[in-house]
Amino acid sequence: MKISTSYHGDIEIDNQQTLTFNQGIPGFLEETKFVILPLPGAEAFQVLQSIQTKELAFIITDPFQFFLDYDFQLEPQEIEKLQLQQAEDAAVYVLLTMSDSVEKITANLQAPVIINTKQQLAKQVILMNTAYETKHRLFE
Amino acid sequence: MLVLTRKLNETIKIGDEIEVTVLAVNGDQVKLGIQAPKSVDIHRQEIYEEIRNENKSASQITLHAINMLKQLSKKK
Repeated sequence: MKISTSYHGDIEIDNQQTLTFNQGIPGFLEETKFVILPLPGAEAFQVLQSIQTKELAFIITDPFQFFLDYDFQLEPQEIEKLQLQQAEDAAVYVLLTMSDSVEKITANLQAPVIINTKQQLAKQVILMNTAYETKHRLFE
Repeated sequence: MLVLTRKLNETIKIGDEIEVTVLAVNGDQVKLGIQAPKSVDIHRQEIYEEIRNENKSASQITLHAINMLKQLSKKK
């Protein structure tokens, strides 16, 4: 499938790469199909690109690289929605909010994106009863 | 907005599948019990709004920001 992207031009993606967010993403509920693309030259980061809307993309990262003690528990209903059978099938990313300076880049640890990598099902989960917030500085 | 008055332990039904019960009232705090299908996400409004706003901010990316990440990776 050919798609138009914000930072990668027009590219061909495999259907198997397509992530389905059945409920969209808060603020973008109509957006249910995304793909994760690498960010060449900045390998610690990826782009979560909407397949439906060229202009919609997020910079994401593996939170465990930056926040070594990041830890949370998924509610049973979230596990069910993601049809997760075992923990190994889950991939975790967090959305970054960019800024004009490195020190101000923040990660949203309160609402990680969880992916069932077996079924390519994804959801931005809003953690309940957590001390994590939407703005944690990536670089101290 | 529909306005209903309920007493302690009374319930409101929304459609076939959603029930909201008043479990406790303590001064200006009301404890609600919500029963809904698992497909329905239930959140405190202010938290949901915060996530929504943060997502809107996160979708605003400049080339400058991307170049910054690349510079950063080079340094490491």
